Amino acid sequence: MPTGVKMRLIGWAIALAAAGLTPAAAQAPASSPAPAQSGAAAPTATPPAGTAQNPGKPDVAQPAIVPGTVGHAIPTPGVGEPDGRKGIQMQVTPIGEEASAFHNNWLLPLCAIISIIVLALLVWTIVRYRRGANPTPSRNSHNTLIEVIWTLVPVLILVGIAIPSIRLLRHQYTPPPADVTVKVTGHQWYWSYELPDYGVSFDSYMLKEANDPTRQANQRARTDNDGPPLLAVDNRLVIPQGKVVKFIVTADDVIHSFAMPAFWIKQDANPGQLHETWAKVDRPGVYFGQCSELCGARHGFMPIAIEVASPAQFAQWVGQNGGHMPGAVAAPAAGPVSTTPNAAGNATPAPATPGTAQPNPAPAPQTPDVANRTNQ
Amino acid sequence: MSTTADSLHLRPHEAHDAHHDADHKPGFFVRWFMSTNHKDIGTLYLIFAIVAGIIGGGISGIMRWELMEPGIQVLNRAWPIGAGTANFDEWAHHWNVLITAHGLIMVFFMVMPAMIGGFGNWFVPLMIGAPDMAFPRMNNISFWLLVPAFLLLLGSTFVSGGTGLGAGTGWTVYAPLSTSGSAGPAVDMAIFSLHLAGASSILGAINFITTIFNMRAPGMTLHKMPLFVWSILVTVFLLLLALPVLAGAITMLLTDRNFGTTFFDASGGGNVVLYQHLFWFFGHPEVYIMILPGFGMVSQIVATFSRKPVFGYLGMAYAMVSIGVIGFVVWAHHMFTTGMSVDEKMYFTAATMIIAVPTGVKIFSWIATMWGGSLTFETPMLWAIGFIFLFTVGGVTGVVLANGGVDNYMHDTYYVVAHFHYVLSLGAVFAIFGGFYYWFPKMSGRMYNELLGKLHFFVMFIGVNVVFFPMHFLGLDGMPRRIPDYTPAFAEWNKVATIGYMITVAGVAIFFVNIFWSLVAGKKAPDNPWGEGATTLEWTLSSPPPFHQFSTLPRID
Repeated sequence: MPTGVKMRLIGWAIALAAAGLTPAAAQAPASSPAPAQSGAAAPTATPPAGTAQNPGKPDVAQPAIVPGTVGHAIPTPGVGEPDGRKGIQMQVTPIGEEASAFHNNWLLPLCAIISIIVLALLVWTIVRYRRGANPTPSRNSHNTLIEVIWTLVPVLILVGIAIPSIRLLRHQYTPPPADVTVKVTGHQWYWSYELPDYGVSFDSYMLKEANDPTRQANQRARTDNDGPPLLAVDNRLVIPQGKVVKFIVTADDVIHSFAMPAFWIKQDANPGQLHETWAKVDRPGVYFGQCSELCGARHGFMPIAIEVASPAQFAQWVGQNGGHMPGAVAAPAAGPVSTTPNAAGNATPAPATPGTAQPNPAPAPQTPDVANRTNQ
Repeated sequence: MSTTADSLHLRPHEAHDAHHDADHKPGFFVRWFMSTNHKDIGTLYLIFAIVAGIIGGGISGIMRWELMEPGIQVLNRAWPIGAGTANFDEWAHHWNVLITAHGLIMVFFMVMPAMIGGFGNWFVPLMIGAPDMAFPRMNNISFWLLVPAFLLLLGSTFVSGGTGLGAGTGWTVYAPLSTSGSAGPAVDMAIFSLHLAGASSILGAINFITTIFNMRAPGMTLHKMPLFVWSILVTVFLLLLALPVLAGAITMLLTDRNFGTTFFDASGGGNVVLYQHLFWFFGHPEVYIMILPGFGMVSQIVATFSRKPVFGYLGMAYAMVSIGVIGFVVWAHHMFTTGMSVDEKMYFTAATMIIAVPTGVKIFSWIATMWGGSLTFETPMLWAIGFIFLFTVGGVTGVVLANGGVDNYMHDTYYVVAHFHYVLSLGAVFAIFGGFYYWFPKMSGRMYNELLGKLHFFVMFIGVNVVFFPMHFLGLDGMPRRIPDYTPAFAEWNKVATIGYMITVAGVAIFFVNIFWSLVAGKKAPDNPWGEGATTLEWTLSSPPPFHQFSTLPRID
């Protein structure tokens, strides 16, 4: 990682150790993405400029964000985001790999071959049968054999496509049992995520550019560490790597659509309905998607950002957001906790308020659900 | 004229009067505003389609201008509509109004009036040897309904539609964005616009079906009709059966918006996906409605300039019939991401792929028509050949999208935009230009300028490919539809597409120069400028035909 960031992390660690503020950090309100500390480390944002509404007044001081920590991993250029080239985004799930291979190795070459064959036939007839070369047209307008061939061969080609296509559908619709469930709600014009089993819920808004005149004083500006313009968000969804994550998608007002190209998922968010999709992401990193159903004025301005982290980091992030690992035993020093003896795997949603959070943000004890789940 | 007028034993001055009456035209106002003449009504439709095409194409120019670079550069300028607003949400809403207007105008006020109202009205009666349509006055109503329909749509941009002025729902008008998400009269006006346009087409469908079934000249069985007439016949059956479903769907939107119903509101027991089923049950046949007449025109043009009859006539006719029939049972491939069951997805994947078979039959049959022919490459033939290749490219990306498991990725991205613009702007529009050049001498009595015509073709061929081919890349890279601004990674291909638009506009300008020049100073056109390959009945009449033709029916052997 770049030198400057490393130095900032070291300074950060010293500040943390000196202040002994680690436990307090875990009790920060669920919506804040990182422990709020005094500025021993430089904030990642450029010195906040005034916004158009308050030209002379700097932004409200933001909690300092440490790039590279969970929830703020630095995106890799060209991964999980468009790269300006010609092809499908790199896929990081087994389904996505199957689907993009089907497209790139079968469908796309088939398209090209058929188009080239038609073009070649046209060029041949234009050259060979132009009036100069063929002054007398034939009267032949029937040939049963060739008509049968050009009906049957396309049928065979389509059957050949249908077999892997139906297989892909079958794979998409038989997910392994879910390890983590996330409820996604589309709103005009932002997303909200809940992990009811973990007691986490938060909103996720697009980060505006520093010079955006509509940016309010309390909205921090996008930096490249957050992601590309129009794709970066203030609060990312974090999910664990290698685990089967089920997304239950709905909407609050109009139809939106929850899309993540790098996972090959897209599920319309219909108000009044719940629909499931799922992904098992093998590669940690940051992935971006955009709302994919016209939903009003800011349809183009409500992106989705999912960070895939190690299960340990995921547990840390859950803790930072005021949640708890399902089925974890409450520490004796904690106040009223939501975990109950029968909480394993089916904890009722805990309200995400400070005070019920586990005091220990270190890697939480693996619950039977997460640790022993075999991934298929 | 190969009529049997000679056998009527008219006295000389009566024969003269009969001939004179055949060309006697009413006064200007009655002729053009109270017409009962299929040729004049066809001309009115073509003029209407050209005007609407200029407006719809101009809107797409504004869109491409905005999309040329990342950031908002155009939407935030003072507009006559919503002038003076400095609100980002209103600018962004204005984008949605532009894309909605572009779609509705091009579909309902350009392609359909040009193909069905324009060329259908002009040439179906001529090709079947009929003196006019079965219901000449209802024909006029069909045309004039389009005028208030278009005015309502344009007017909707001046009244509130939610976050700003105008209807910003997309041409698909999905609920609940179009119901609870769009307060104000704009969407109601758009709905009434569609009601009127739909009524216009339904009445026209009744007219064409009755005409084609009942008024073919003696000896012209259905299996001897020109393929253009077949294409119109299948098209109008689709209109007759699909438009009432659209009417129901948008009326349900109207009552949800204004009369307290909850067809599409879950809180009242309704279902938002119901709207999509109803819309696309119409919407998919609609796209075949937009292309089938193009198939018919391409068949006529290719046969004419190959100097050979179309290869496999029955296969061609029944391929169109099967495309029409199967087109009614594939609608939900537009809804693959709404959350359907695996069985639904598998069925719609399979059914959609089946349509590729009759379509392929047609492509190969056109090539086989050219094979062994004696080809010349006048402007109409260039458009037809361009159509055959480019429609194939658009069709194969359709086969990609037909796969439900793959469509997850491409749905609502620019890949879909690329697909349908290839089959429409490079398919239907090429067929319309081909038909226009093919029949312009017949309709106007003047030859167009061949050099300008060819130049128009080559400039526009390059232009539209530069606009729409990069959109495949944008879609595969993940760019969603219907957004006014995008992350900078998409900038390069967007810029290329906008440059392509500029080239296309140059092509269209050449077209207008050609038409004006030809109407004013074009060479007089003979009855049949195209030679031995033009074998349908319209080429036996003068150019332009007399005001009334076939008062004595031709006999077909």
